[in-house]
Amino acid sequence: MTTTDKLVMMANQIAANLAHAPDPAAAIAEHIRLYWDPRMKAMIRQADVQGLSVAAKAAIASL
Amino acid sequence: MTYQRQTDFGTPESRASEDVTLTIDGRSVTVPAGSSVMRAAAEQGTSIPKLCATDSLESFGSCRLCLVEISGRRGTPASCTTPVEPGMIVHTQTPLLHKLRKGVMELYISDHPLDCLTCAANGDCELQDQAGAVGLRDVRYTPEETHLGQAKDQSNPYFDFDPSKCIACSRCIRACDEVQGTLALTMQGRGWESKVSAGLASDDFLGSECVSCGACVQACPTATLVEKKVVEIGTPERSVVTTCAYCGVGCTFRAEMRGEQVVRMVPWKDGKANRGHSCVKGRFAWGYAQHQERILNPMIRKSISDPWQEVSWDEAFAYAASELTRIRDAYGRNALGGITSSRCTNEETFLVQKLIRAGFGTNNVDTCARVCHSPTGYGLKTTFGTSAGTQDFDSVEDSDVILVIGANPTDAHPVFGSRMKKRIRQGAKLIVIDPRRTDLVRSPHIEADHHLALRPGTNVAVLTALAHVIVTEGLSDEAFIRERCDWDEYQDWAAFVSQEKNSPEFLEAVTTVPAATVRAAARTFASERNGAIYYGLGVTEHSQGSSTVMAIANLAMATGNIGRRGVGVNPLRGQNNVQGACDMGSFPHELSGYRHISDAATRALFEADWGVTLDPEPGLRIPNMLDAATDGVFKALYVQGEDILQSDPNTHHVAAGLAAMECVIVQDLFLNETANYAHIFLPGSTFLEKDGTFTNAERRIQLVRKVMTPLNGLADWEVTQRLAQAMGLDWAYTHPSEIMDEIARLTPAFAGVSHARLDAEGSLQWPVNDANPDGSPIMHVNGFASGKGKFVVTDYVPTDEKTGPRFPLLLTTGRILSHYNVGAQTRRTENVAWHPEDVLEIYPADAEDRGLKSGDWVKLASRAGETTLRAQVTDRVAPGVVYTTFHHPDTQANVVTTDYSDWATNCPEYKVTAVQISASNGPTDWQEGYRAQAEQSRRIVHAEAAE
Repeated sequence: MTTTDKLVMMANQIAANLAHAPDPAAAIAEHIRLYWDPRMKAMIRQADVQGLSVAAKAAIASL
Repeated sequence: MTYQRQTDFGTPESRASEDVTLTIDGRSVTVPAGSSVMRAAAEQGTSIPKLCATDSLESFGSCRLCLVEISGRRGTPASCTTPVEPGMIVHTQTPLLHKLRKGVMELYISDHPLDCLTCAANGDCELQDQAGAVGLRDVRYTPEETHLGQAKDQSNPYFDFDPSKCIACSRCIRACDEVQGTLALTMQGRGWESKVSAGLASDDFLGSECVSCGACVQACPTATLVEKKVVEIGTPERSVVTTCAYCGVGCTFRAEMRGEQVVRMVPWKDGKANRGHSCVKGRFAWGYAQHQERILNPMIRKSISDPWQEVSWDEAFAYAASELTRIRDAYGRNALGGITSSRCTNEETFLVQKLIRAGFGTNNVDTCARVCHSPTGYGLKTTFGTSAGTQDFDSVEDSDVILVIGANPTDAHPVFGSRMKKRIRQGAKLIVIDPRRTDLVRSPHIEADHHLALRPGTNVAVLTALAHVIVTEGLSDEAFIRERCDWDEYQDWAAFVSQEKNSPEFLEAVTTVPAATVRAAARTFASERNGAIYYGLGVTEHSQGSSTVMAIANLAMATGNIGRRGVGVNPLRGQNNVQGACDMGSFPHELSGYRHISDAATRALFEADWGVTLDPEPGLRIPNMLDAATDGVFKALYVQGEDILQSDPNTHHVAAGLAAMECVIVQDLFLNETANYAHIFLPGSTFLEKDGTFTNAERRIQLVRKVMTPLNGLADWEVTQRLAQAMGLDWAYTHPSEIMDEIARLTPAFAGVSHARLDAEGSLQWPVNDANPDGSPIMHVNGFASGKGKFVVTDYVPTDEKTGPRFPLLLTTGRILSHYNVGAQTRRTENVAWHPEDVLEIYPADAEDRGLKSGDWVKLASRAGETTLRAQVTDRVAPGVVYTTFHHPDTQANVVTTDYSDWATNCPEYKVTAVQISASNGPTDWQEGYRAQAEQSRRIVHAEAAE
């Protein structure tokens, strides 16, 4: 599994676990902002969006 | 201090709040009601002769030596079993008492070897002391038959049992029963035939159920049970109180010394974490400190295929600094990083993260809590506002129901496990949520009221089902929730857990726990007054580890079980200083005291103190560092006191990451597995060789005191400081107390902490600040740290790790009593007598299907890798579940665990790996190759030979 594949998987995991947050996209984006290093953030922004869930995709678009 | 036994008050302290005043030998004394006359006398400094009494055990009244006379009463009652009464007038020394005691002692000595001069306990023997105290001068009896000359039982690697010296006081048996709770010892026979036995007459100590906690040895008033080291070295001449470096209980010990040689480690009775008890690791397994495999000289090499070259400290630091600087210049500061150690002190951990942030110029710092309790930090911070457990260990004494989930305290936190078992024997109810039948589920005098043997990976589903029952059956504590928690969030959560999809009946198919069992457990937990939850890595090391922690917090808040004794959420920390390592800013996203690196005000505080500019972006976590390394952008790693190649998941990936780096610096006691991929080795020091502090699972900060000179010449904090100086930093700490002063200056929860204060007060539990000047044994007493407790909806999300035809079983990994973490320390002690290798537990039907029996070599294979080990067929695990430990590098169990991790923290999912088991006739090719590489990597060219 490549690092990008892992990051996509992690983003989807975060999205699935924050699905009940009042604003899931905002919560996912905030989580990534708080815990991922700049390179990981840059990589997920450039990742193949096909693998991202809808909520994760929306969150990453707002990063 | 010079050697002196700790004061023994004879019987335990009474917890009664009323006082009683009496007169003993003409002097008035006031003690709590319920105290014994013996205890009251000891409190006023009068030592009544005794043999069967000791203050760690309930009074027994068998030796007849502690007799007293009481005005107005007939006879000579035993002072240990006689409670004080108001106005009582006691005489401890009269002609009658003198005559009676002397007669009793004469009988004891008539059947005792008179070999005091050559006895191991000479000068440290209560029988010897009491013979002197009662004035025994001769023995008139010449018995026709004695117990002398019986064979010794020397089977235990740490202590001997010599029945010839036994006075049948039963202190050892009572210690095993009352303190340890194993009930391994018994008095076999009656009268003259009475003999202490480790189980059946055919059992020796090693083969018995004895867990070698040492409580019996500590309780023995003669040399019947005596440490082999005392026999070998002699009695100690001084003692130093220090803190154990195993597990998160944080037991304090008296290191009893002769010169710079440890004679024995004896649990300190005033230690507030362990209350005078110990386990086999802390009590006996400290021999690794002087093991022949310890590396005492720094070493370097250009390539991991080269042999190590011993060099001077100056050369090692200069080389390390030049490599780190070269890599930073070539690839940028974020190509560097480091890992702090939960085995090292707070001060050392703080320095490592400071070096990485201020010296390397990056936030790429992480700690081994990443792979154990990082979800605790996230989950409890989110719900309660503070990343720590809520209680002290004493709190369990007031618990009415104890819920243990994903923890095996009798193996992994044995001293606290014993206290928990004591409370259960007193009547507290017990709920165990664990895929395995741990000893807490059923062992002598212990039986769980409910065992929820769930399918690995379904913790959140079980906890939500419990919450469903509590909410839908009206068992919530609404008054508590309205006062302490956000009511709107509670309602959202209550509506969620009340859904049919979260009922025990609906989730039974997922969890495999019968719905009726879940319902009964929920009712038990919610209906008792004080409910406490204890959890371990069986909670955190999952893809939903953080969600599980929050689900636990939800459950505690919903039932009003926060903010007083007997309740709370209690993470049982794995390593000795996991709590401290987290507190000290070891995570890449936060500075000490759990303040996010993006917070400008916090950063400014540190920047002003350290004279540097800090990066506001979070750094890489350990798994992210390894990914970046295999991507070719992370090049240098400084690892203090961790062995990530053995402890972290997916060994293939860890090895690939390490191999891709240009400079790996390992600071450790031994050439551990990670060092196989290192270029610079800096020798570490043991806890016996340095000063500092550890913080245990109760948030209790305790001093670690140097009892001997570091064999390598430098304490770990000095090594880090010298490396920092070589990189141009102007550090000039002269003692770890100065580092703690800096921590206190920069960390609000530590504001009132100093070494001087810890020395005076023994320990402090953070937060220690203006609001809590004496520390905080119980958290959230008058409200949550964050204001209102936060209920968080935790939906069950199944792990991506799936069983299937190729990998039909689920592997879960864990720990065993005799070993600690990767075993680097305990494998280098006599503890290997109990656990010489990792074994695979497999359910009988699963073994039968594969034609396996206990003792067979089996191959354990997953999608990540495979290894071999011996099978142990047992119904301790459920059908479809297998279990092993990760203590031995020959097995390297983590070669089969995967990259899946907790969604919030990347804590690896050690507890769920889909595997297949098959018969094997020897090590896998990978194991053979691994051993060969390790052997090749450990070649050393010694300094003399190099010249």
